[in-house]
Amino acid sequence: MSDRKIRVLIAKPGLDGHDRGAKTVATVLRDAGMEVIYTGLHQTPEMIAEAALQEDVDVVGLSILSGAHMSLFPRIREALKARDMGDVLLTGGGIIPEDDMAALEADGFSKLFGPGTRTTDIVAWIEGAVKERWAREEA
Amino acid sequence: MTSNHPKNSAEGYAERVLQGDRRALTRLISWAENGDGRFPGALAALYPSLGRAWRVGITGPPGAGKSTLVNELALAMRREDLEVGILAVDPSSPFTGGALLGDRIRMEELTGDQHVYIRSMASRKSHGGMARAGVDACDVMDAFGMERILIETVGVGQAEYDVMGACDTVVVVMCPGAGDGVQAMKAGILEVADVLVVNKSDLAGAERLADDLSEAVHTRAIRSDEWSGEVGSSWTVPVVLASAGKAQGVDEVLKAITSHRAMLDSRGPNGLEDARRKKRVAQVRRVIDEELDARVWNTDELGARVENALAAGSTAYGIASEVVDDLLRGAAFGMRSKES
Repeated sequence: MSDRKIRVLIAKPGLDGHDRGAKTVATVLRDAGMEVIYTGLHQTPEMIAEAALQEDVDVVGLSILSGAHMSLFPRIREALKARDMGDVLLTGGGIIPEDDMAALEADGFSKLFGPGTRTTDIVAWIEGAVKERWAREEA
Repeated sequence: MTSNHPKNSAEGYAERVLQGDRRALTRLISWAENGDGRFPGALAALYPSLGRAWRVGITGPPGAGKSTLVNELALAMRREDLEVGILAVDPSSPFTGGALLGDRIRMEELTGDQHVYIRSMASRKSHGGMARAGVDACDVMDAFGMERILIETVGVGQAEYDVMGACDTVVVVMCPGAGDGVQAMKAGILEVADVLVVNKSDLAGAERLADDLSEAVHTRAIRSDEWSGEVGSSWTVPVVLASAGKAQGVDEVLKAITSHRAMLDSRGPNGLEDARRKKRVAQVRRVIDEELDARVWNTDELGARVENALAAGSTAYGIASEVVDDLLRGAAFGMRSKES
């Protein structure tokens, strides 16, 4: 049906308290016509996965500026899988070194976005990836 | 339990909801929101299980503290070991259709509790403070086994009443500093209240506002309640002072909600059932309106006819009258069925 909207959970896991980027991305996605659930700071992987389940989102976007990305991303993916939400697009951004980004993407994570990313690129990528996911669901 | 239905069918999902599967609960609410063709079938399978949940609406102007109060009420209900569902509605942009749903920020303590389910919902095209799928979402939560459902509306002004049709008890939250007593005497939002809460009671002017509100509800001689059909209701709307951010006055709010429920129950065995049936009839009427709208305009032919009639000098009223008469006589104007 044409009424379907892209639903995105924007979350900040762990201890870092810098949420300017997360709020900017949340606003940009809203202005692109998406429904964005913002959960606030200091979320545990379990809380993020539980919120993703309750909200039935298509995308989970993480903002990580603390350097803990190599541990947090996989833990959140496991928590999502444990809730039968393994097919949700898991993406994010922050201060993530290129090597780590490549390692995470090689490990099957969705695209990650570093500093300087154009917001229009984030919107375009999410729209494309979600529509592919919906097409797979229909099939 | 073995199922006779395929896992991904409407009936399969409904069965999983009745068995307490949260993945199915969350997906059925999405179907309702998206107008998915499978939802009506699933809802039909859930209908016999409805009616156990007490539905409480929390409404009021933006910034009055609705989310914080919902959080505290849910925590208090959890102390009574009740299963709690929360529907939090925030506005959609009329320009882009997007929405930023931020009510969960104030409900963090509830996220890890397996006896609580929180769903954020964008109002999409609704303008009455609710979302079109709000009642559907509550029905699914009810069937799932929620004993209390808290419905937080969009921050409303003076003329958003949709919450009445979705709830057994409506709580209107106000706070001091947002207008004088005359605001409270205007027709509008106060008339939907079963319980009035003056939140942020530690702020200057709270007592005065509570006094003004008490006057306003006491001097209202007749409470004409369109939904329950009651005129001259015996219920005197209580005014409760609270400071939800400091967890003060929450038990009193809960007591007022419980008293309202007791009052509805005391109207006899059919009191509550009557009130709920009338709300359901109103919902059916709304759904018929929506379906008529969708089907009537699901054609280019009607638009062309309107343009031609305007060009020929007809007025809006004249054209509308002719078109509706023709529709009722069975003219189809090239309309397609809903599914096409």
